[in-house]
Amino acid sequence: MIRVLLPAHLRILAHVDGEVKLEVEGKVTQRSVLDALEACYPMLRGTIRDHVTQQRRPFLRFFACAEDLSHEPPDAPLPDAVVTEAEPFLVVAAVAGG
Amino acid sequence: MSEVRVLVGTRKGAFVLVSDGKRQQWDISGPHFGGWEIYHLKGSPADPNRLYASQSNGWSGQLIQRSDDGGKTWQPMDNKFVYDGVPGTHQWYDGTPHPWEFKRVWHLEPSLTDPDTVYAGVEDAALFRSSDGGQSWRELSGLRGHGSGPHWQPGAGGMCLHTIVLDPSNPDRIFIAISSAGAFRTDDAGETWRPINRGLKSAHIPDPLAEVGHCVHHVAMHPSRPGVLFMQKHWDVMRSDDAGESWQEVSGNLPSDFGFAIDVHAHQPDTIYVVPIKSDSEHYPPDGKLRVYRSLTGGNDWEALTKGLPQRDCYVNVLRDAMAVDSLDACGVYFGTTGGQVYASSDAGDHWAPIARDLPAVLSVEVQTLP
Repeated sequence: MIRVLLPAHLRILAHVDGEVKLEVEGKVTQRSVLDALEACYPMLRGTIRDHVTQQRRPFLRFFACAEDLSHEPPDAPLPDAVVTEAEPFLVVAAVAGG
Repeated sequence: MSEVRVLVGTRKGAFVLVSDGKRQQWDISGPHFGGWEIYHLKGSPADPNRLYASQSNGWSGQLIQRSDDGGKTWQPMDNKFVYDGVPGTHQWYDGTPHPWEFKRVWHLEPSLTDPDTVYAGVEDAALFRSSDGGQSWRELSGLRGHGSGPHWQPGAGGMCLHTIVLDPSNPDRIFIAISSAGAFRTDDAGETWRPINRGLKSAHIPDPLAEVGHCVHHVAMHPSRPGVLFMQKHWDVMRSDDAGESWQEVSGNLPSDFGFAIDVHAHQPDTIYVVPIKSDSEHYPPDGKLRVYRSLTGGNDWEALTKGLPQRDCYVNVLRDAMAVDSLDACGVYFGTTGGQVYASSDAGDHWAPIARDLPAVLSVEVQTLP
């Protein structure tokens, strides 16, 4: 299982508390994790990456193991600690006022 | 007894206000989608329990929500708004070409007859339609493709298609308005479009009488007289008696002919309402007095409606989609402010009272009159 922590507004949208646990087939990458996330929670489609370009939305970033993975290729493998459930894959929203 | 349901979109969620036909006591539910911007929500005239809501924020973009029980519960629908074909470019603020990029849905207009058909006006300006209750969206690309699209330019709020008016006498006729391109009309259900801006005069653009480029803020129509349109432009209140073929200014004695909202009395097609706002950049009521102006003559002669509204130190704005009427015998008029108040009048504007005082900034107000 892959642990994913969503920002608060997406947890509310997906009706989840705390972390999400996902079964991911094959290589564990940003793309495969987000594909699995959107398959389980269709309401998240388009909210983390653009429908058409599949680009990460600019005010969201991806982290794991205290590393910023936002600019890694979407098919690059995620750290082993994410694969072994030791660490979550974090979707982090920019801190914003208002 | 009849019931009135007021649908309020705000910067931080949606609220549903319900009252009986007396309109004295109001129950408020919400916030729905707390923390999200709700640019607009509106009910289907064909099935009043079917509501559509536009939900968005800067982190995660656009969502569409649908309720089938009058706003008690909601389900997310399809949020994929993809421009038809190669999107092309419009003008940026500095006149350079800028690619069409979807940002948000400003306005949702349900069909007058089919609860599953709904139109979405979006930024960057385009019109989309869903025929399956919001499960999928298709652009009516004849609007952007009719020829003037590359010359459209955004207003300060973005290049948004914010107004959609359906003609109850002709299902093939739709009016839309874009800031700051102007008003457009289709007579073939959205396949082809043409600008309807003759008579508009905008001193702030290089050609004040240009075919496109006018910053239309809102357009309203009375359903019994669909050929007559009323428009609040960036400056000027305008009227057309020929379905937009030509326009005449009817600002008359208004203290400011700038404003955003405009609406028509439910039973008197020549009784119209605006909220004058000071501009160019102030965007609050003149003299700190929140006044609705009513014309009983379809424009030109206006009277200030002030009873129950703050007449000093008031510096809120009333945005383009934030005014609506009910259809009870004594027509109710409603509007919301950027200060979070929703004011209502149950006597066509003679007297006003707040029905909500402390909401987030109000972006839109729609009203349903229920049996």
